[in-house]
Amino acid sequence: MERKDIEHLADLARLRLTDAEIEQFRTEADSILAYVDAVKEMALAPREPKVGAHVNPLREDVVTNEPDQYTEDLLGALPKRVGRHALVKRIISAD
Amino acid sequence: MKGKTITELRAAFVSGETTPTKALEETRKVIAERDPEVHAYLETYDDAAAVAAEADALYAGGATTDKPLLGVPVALKNNILVKGKKATASSRILENYVASYDATVVKRLKDAGAVIVGATNLDEFAMGSSTENSAFGATKNPHDTSRVPGGSSGGSAAAVAMGSVPTALGTDTGGSIRLPASFCGLVGLKPTYGRVSRYGLIAMGSSLDQAGPFAHSVADAKTVFDVIAGVDAYDATTHKLGTYPLVPTKEKYRIGVPYAFLKEGIEPDVKAVFEDAIKKLTALGHEVVDVSLPYMEKGLAAYYIVMPAEVSSNLARYDGVRFGLHVEGKDLREDYDLTRGQGFGAEVKRRILLGTYVLSSGYYDAYYGKAEEVRTLMRSELSDAFGTIDGVLTPTAPMPAFKLGEKSDPLSMYLADIFTVPANLTGAPAISLPMGTVMRDGKELPIGIQLMAPHDGEERLFDIGKQLLGE
Repeated sequence: MERKDIEHLADLARLRLTDAEIEQFRTEADSILAYVDAVKEMALAPREPKVGAHVNPLREDVVTNEPDQYTEDLLGALPKRVGRHALVKRIISAD
Repeated sequence: MKGKTITELRAAFVSGETTPTKALEETRKVIAERDPEVHAYLETYDDAAAVAAEADALYAGGATTDKPLLGVPVALKNNILVKGKKATASSRILENYVASYDATVVKRLKDAGAVIVGATNLDEFAMGSSTENSAFGATKNPHDTSRVPGGSSGGSAAAVAMGSVPTALGTDTGGSIRLPASFCGLVGLKPTYGRVSRYGLIAMGSSLDQAGPFAHSVADAKTVFDVIAGVDAYDATTHKLGTYPLVPTKEKYRIGVPYAFLKEGIEPDVKAVFEDAIKKLTALGHEVVDVSLPYMEKGLAAYYIVMPAEVSSNLARYDGVRFGLHVEGKDLREDYDLTRGQGFGAEVKRRILLGTYVLSSGYYDAYYGKAEEVRTLMRSELSDAFGTIDGVLTPTAPMPAFKLGEKSDPLSMYLADIFTVPANLTGAPAISLPMGTVMRDGKELPIGIQLMAPHDGEERLFDIGKQLLGE
């Protein structure tokens, strides 16, 4: 992998990496990918459905909590909070 | 070093020989003596004393038999949510995160009377095989503190191995219970996928993760498994017994050993311990046969595609907006980049990048698609094999506990999981049993063997395990 490949992946993954990290991951990625490449070489049988044996059950869509029972706990975990809202930066510019 | 088992503690509580409060005091004494060196715990809970006192009163009143863990001290890997306590996953990004609810396994432990004594260390987000990847410092192996306890549930394993608690919960995505059980001389169970609720576990690989116990005996592992297992409305992947064909216990088992898989890479004295286990099985009247599982041998390659893919998706939630660390940037996009860049450690970043790669356009079919096909083939290969055999036996790991810092190359660390990942990829249950020791630098180090059964075959694992350990 090239340096720009790691930078592109980091960009997709929303990770700001240091130069040292980019260089480290670049060299390691090649050996890891060479190892996992073994799956490509396998003679594979005709494609079978990739579903497991069990079916996901659904539960009744009923309210199980009181209003505001958990609200304050969850809002309390917000890094930046205004009243009952999470504060994030503006993403639409004025112009 | 070894403390009492759950069975012994319960008997002592009932007879009045000791009390839950005294057991908790003993737990705290062992932690005070040993943990400054071992670093199994991230936090201990003061409110455990009140729970122990309640259990004291119940034992004194005599009405105790319906709660299988009444008064028993239990430690929890810190990626399992306990309401009102920090759930850090040993990551900077969750350093100050406080859980707003109990995981289902925690609720079940509390309902069974357990005294939750504290949170144990792990590789960050359960990614690692040594517990060296914790943002809060490595855990050491109580048998030799120059060595790792295994990972990622190394703190839970060390907490039990140093005698502070009779049992602890870990989570296992690719071997994270069984490997530390092997390195620390314990019984460690990875249940069938879907037997134990994942509600309230910090997700790593959602199609692979299961919680399970560490214990000194198979009987104790079964006690804890029986408490935490069962259908949960909050985890749609949990299933009822009967979903898979019944896996009966038998008088005489036919155990398969994939000899071709064991040809290379296993340290000779580890292999000798494994061969002793085979002799023991034969002496017990069981049959041991060669079994060919060629896809299982490719398991680790498939695992290091499937797991990072799931990691990169699951860890997208850490955005610095809703909980956890927030690092301020010039705009929202830079908030994300900086929060995640500074909040995650190297191994987590490595796996997110790898997962992003194998899922990206143009590579998806070649990597993720192929890996899922291998996984399907592994499942049918295993289920075919279980047509003629009752279990699969391998070493748990190719080596005993290695030195701290010894495996600095990530790929060499990944190879420690070569025998454990097939159970996660196929969903089958597997147990690591302490079978013997090897000598390294004048220290005796434990070695585990791994037994795998068909889906929902936990009772069979317990049956064979008890016979092998002479319980």
